[in-house]
Amino acid sequence: MSKRDLISIMDYTKEEYLRIMELAAEFEKNPNQDLLKGKVVATLFFEPSTRTRLSFETAINRLGGKVIGFSDSNNSSVSKGETLYDTIKIVSNYADLIIIRHPLEGSARYAAEISSVPVINAGDGANQHPSQTLLDMYSIKKTQGTLDNLNIFMVGDLKYGRTVHSLLMAISQFENPIFNFIAPEELQIPKEYKIYLKEKGIRFFEHPEFTDIISEADIVYMTRVQKERFSDPIEYENVKNVFILKNKMLEKTKPNMRILHPLPRINEISRDVDQNKKAYYFQQAHNGIFAREAIIAHTLGLD
Amino acid sequence: MNDSEKNLKKLKVSALKNGTVIDHIPPQNLFKVISILGLDKIREDMITFGMNLDSKAMGSKALIKISNKYFEDDDINRIALIAPNAKLNIIKDYKVVEKKEVQVPDEVIGIVKCFNPKCITNHEDISTSFKVINKDPLELKCKYCEKITNKDQMFLK
Ligand SMILES: [Zn+2]
Repeated sequence: MSKRDLISIMDYTKEEYLRIMELAAEFEKNPNQDLLKGKVVATLFFEPSTRTRLSFETAINRLGGKVIGFSDSNNSSVSKGETLYDTIKIVSNYADLIIIRHPLEGSARYAAEISSVPVINAGDGANQHPSQTLLDMYSIKKTQGTLDNLNIFMVGDLKYGRTVHSLLMAISQFENPIFNFIAPEELQIPKEYKIYLKEKGIRFFEHPEFTDIISEADIVYMTRVQKERFSDPIEYENVKNVFILKNKMLEKTKPNMRILHPLPRINEISRDVDQNKKAYYFQQAHNGIFAREAIIAHTLGLD
Repeated sequence: MNDSEKNLKKLKVSALKNGTVIDHIPPQNLFKVISILGLDKIREDMITFGMNLDSKAMGSKALIKISNKYFEDDDINRIALIAPNAKLNIIKDYKVVEKKEVQVPDEVIGIVKCFNPKCITNHEDISTSFKVINKDPLELKCKYCEKITNKDQMFLK
């Protein structure tokens, strides 16, 4: 059997997405299971990402596994100039599973080719971060009861936001979605994704302004607008205070509507939204544990 | 066929008893074609080439003649990226016995650099690998970083 890596969200079939959703629900009911007893998992974080690392390591601990690894390449042999090739060759002899975070794009795919044990990508630069997408999907499934027939609004940086692109690709595998893209001129959804949606016959709408157009939304997926994405700093100042979700904008929204955000946020969701029961981003982060337990179990063929 | 085309035709086939003539190469890419096909590693007297053979009908172009060498399709298709209109004449006993055109392959291994400076292939010693997602205009999707390198961003390794 060839090993089951998870590098890109499109590595999974629709059936596998549904399997992960099922498994995550089981782990949510019963998070502590000894599936990884006697197994060692390496978490290799070549750049720091505390939130993602803690989430994966919590999942491993709840499954009864042991963790080895590093959280920052400054403290490892990598800073002495060791190649990724050598690091993976060595670690794949130590561990039963490798979870890798690396600033260079394509590094996880490359690691999977070198490694004799399965590899899970925990983020490779601006490219892929599939466990984030699966936890987003689990949060959607849990709050909406389905992944079909959903009207999803995506807000903020739709140009560089990899979470947005991956979620769009994954949800497009399900029945009859509608996408609404709300982004400033400089950060609109790239043409290649619009072409993809058109080819699949999926409806989408683009909006240059963030007003009370979210009344039809089932999901509002907020993202950060980062200063470094703007060529003109004045343009950033203009945009920064416009693409903000405020509590009063939620008045006419559907009762089932939920607000997601991959976190961390800057100011794009104002604090007064946190008290609204439609705010779901903190539970979403919590769901990450169960989604990651599911991914690990599935990757090791323990499901 | 006018006189200059006739002359060109003569240049192509004359003096080559057995081998391959590759024609319609963009002159600026002649040396890249030679390098991709590994012709820089064969005996000097087996290869001749011409550059900027101007003719009104055919424009500026270059050709290569190689004695006693024939190519597999997979090998020759490697030059399709930089010489998409190249044509091959297979010569046996001074006669053109077969004509071939190059085809853009479905996969490109090595040869091309990924345009993305943050791609792992530009930082470690890795052979690049692309899926050809569009043949005209040429678009290559990197197996590693998943970014698309197009014709204008294309550099050879
Ligand atoms: Zn690449």
